[in-house]
Amino acid sequence: MAVFPRSVKAPTSRFILPILGLVALALCVGGILVLIDHHGAENLLASIYDALGNSSGAQALRNGQGDQLIAKLVLMAVALGVGVGGIWLLFLGLGGLAGMLRPAWRDRILPWVFVGPALILLATYLLYPGIATFARSFFDSKGAFTFDNYAVMTSSDFVEILRNNVIWLIVAAGGSVILGLVFAGLFDRVRREALAKTLVFLPLAISLIGASVIWGFMYAWEPAGQPQIGLLNAAVVAAGGQAIPFFTTNPLNIMAEIVIMIWLETGFAMVVLSAAIKGVSTEIIEAARLDGANERQLFLRVIVPAIRGSIVTVTTTIAIVTLKIFDIIYVTTGGRFGDDVVANRMFHEMFQFFNDGRASALATLLFLAVLPVMYINLRNFRRQQRDL
Amino acid sequence: MTAPAKTIARSTTRVSPWRPPLLRSLPLRLVVFAICALWTIPTLGLLVTSVRNPELISTTGWWTALFNPFAAGQWTLGNYSEVIASGGMGPAFINSLIVTVPATVIPITIAAFAAYAFAWIPFRGRGILFTIVVGLLVVPIQMSLIPVLKLYSGASLYGTFLGIWLAHTGFGLPLAIFLLYNFISQLPRDLFESAAIDGASHMQSFIRIALPLSIPALGAFAIFQFLWVWNDLLVALTFLGPSTDLRVMPTALYALLGSRGGQWQLLTAGAFVTMALPLLVFIVLQRAFVRGILAGSVKS
Repeated sequence: MAVFPRSVKAPTSRFILPILGLVALALCVGGILVLIDHHGAENLLASIYDALGNSSGAQALRNGQGDQLIAKLVLMAVALGVGVGGIWLLFLGLGGLAGMLRPAWRDRILPWVFVGPALILLATYLLYPGIATFARSFFDSKGAFTFDNYAVMTSSDFVEILRNNVIWLIVAAGGSVILGLVFAGLFDRVRREALAKTLVFLPLAISLIGASVIWGFMYAWEPAGQPQIGLLNAAVVAAGGQAIPFFTTNPLNIMAEIVIMIWLETGFAMVVLSAAIKGVSTEIIEAARLDGANERQLFLRVIVPAIRGSIVTVTTTIAIVTLKIFDIIYVTTGGRFGDDVVANRMFHEMFQFFNDGRASALATLLFLAVLPVMYINLRNFRRQQRDL
Repeated sequence: MTAPAKTIARSTTRVSPWRPPLLRSLPLRLVVFAICALWTIPTLGLLVTSVRNPELISTTGWWTALFNPFAAGQWTLGNYSEVIASGGMGPAFINSLIVTVPATVIPITIAAFAAYAFAWIPFRGRGILFTIVVGLLVVPIQMSLIPVLKLYSGASLYGTFLGIWLAHTGFGLPLAIFLLYNFISQLPRDLFESAAIDGASHMQSFIRIALPLSIPALGAFAIFQFLWVWNDLLVALTFLGPSTDLRVMPTALYALLGSRGGQWQLLTAGAFVTMALPLLVFIVLQRAFVRGILAGSVKS
């Protein structure tokens, strides 16, 4: 283990460190100014060009032309310097300041240096906004108190949205978990297990919008008589059927979109459940086999109950992702064909109808839906703390 | 967290206890093959289409290309050069890097400091504050959008890189703190005690002991957060706004869908450009990624 010498420093470093700190601080402030200014990078590069004597290049940049790509790269360098260096400067600087205090004070202040930035960000980005959104959901656009934002949820188009979310929750979350469980069980018994798993797992790295384009191409539809370039409709036509416009046919479009989600999330369920299956003790399995259990019984009556905990965690994790589903609907149909969901409608209330109250009410509904999970998490956490 | 990681590492070499040797039957293999095909074909179709000649894409299915792969004029890389140059995917790629790298490093750094304090520095209110972090784990991002947007327009952070880093940092922090706490709090107590006896401050213990030992957990969360930020559409749409200068990969692909919706050669090439880096990261760092996922979802 490293030995930590008590801080006996050479006298020069007592001056050099604070000076370096101040220089770094100045650079960071400058960097932040460049980042906040919408033409910051162009102006910075133009100044560099001026200093190098390339005034025509500088002029071009200031006019919004010239080496825009280089300006982008300058911006990236500034971004990395400020983002990565700035955060370390913050902690080391505050830690250094706390270190100068008397020991009693230092011990009281130091923990808050460590947790302070995290707490400020959590309060700014989650705690305060959550409360503000909840409060906002009880006001109309003129600022008067009202329950209308919730009352409107009983109108037919909102009932349809809520129903769609329930369908998503059941089919997408249930489908991913069941398929993940079955795949985990099946792949465990073939030779190229790792490869098979990777192939199913791979989509998890793909964005929801990327997956929507991939499947949009699978579902592509052309009018009858034209060549079908989407694999599914080509198959339908080859089998003698009529090409189906998947995304505009309700309620088929809901299922078509859910398939995208299942395609993405099954790999996640499979990997977690597969690890859990491999953790089931050999003795239990051997004992069941000795008792004459066949393979299906073994899987359903021994393995599945043994990994119940993992199944519950995977299900809640995927359920929460599914509940907030936005991207797939937003980019495939925009929710215009009877397939709208809460998060997509909330986005449209926010940016299209500018109805913040109603958007807040929709967000609050999502929050209420995850409350049970939050309760379970907190209970488990408390129990864990007690056991330690 | 180490236990499931070991299970995974072993899984490729060890024969699972419940695998009877004679069950490698043909039907089973066929079913597994069909599943793998089903999961691969959509992406394969995208990839093949993205390098096909645009005229062929609209008249024949992409699978026909696989049957005569050597036909003249069948393949082209022109779709990629078009989508990167005029489709805006080139600048968007750089923007995505500008957004993603700090939005990954900042939350990890902040969370590591906080997790260390929650685990090893006793202070008043520690228990209740960490309970709040656990509670915030599942709060939907939608609860935050409107108030944060209001704050941003007041602080001129709307449509800035600084603004979106901070947003991703705030939204990613609960999970980051939780995962890193689980790891850092499991480190042996002796290490920190002997360091303290040697006169190390908490800052030194954190930087020289906790941080180097937590590299597996830090790496796992880094991959997690990187993929999340790179693939995020909602936060980018909300806080970067509609400006073309500020498009990141998902918003650029969305713009492409709106303006060139029928041109599959551009959409498929564009989609693949957005996927390339995450897929690469994923394939190279799969082990660490799996470890992160297991740590995040399996309670030991």
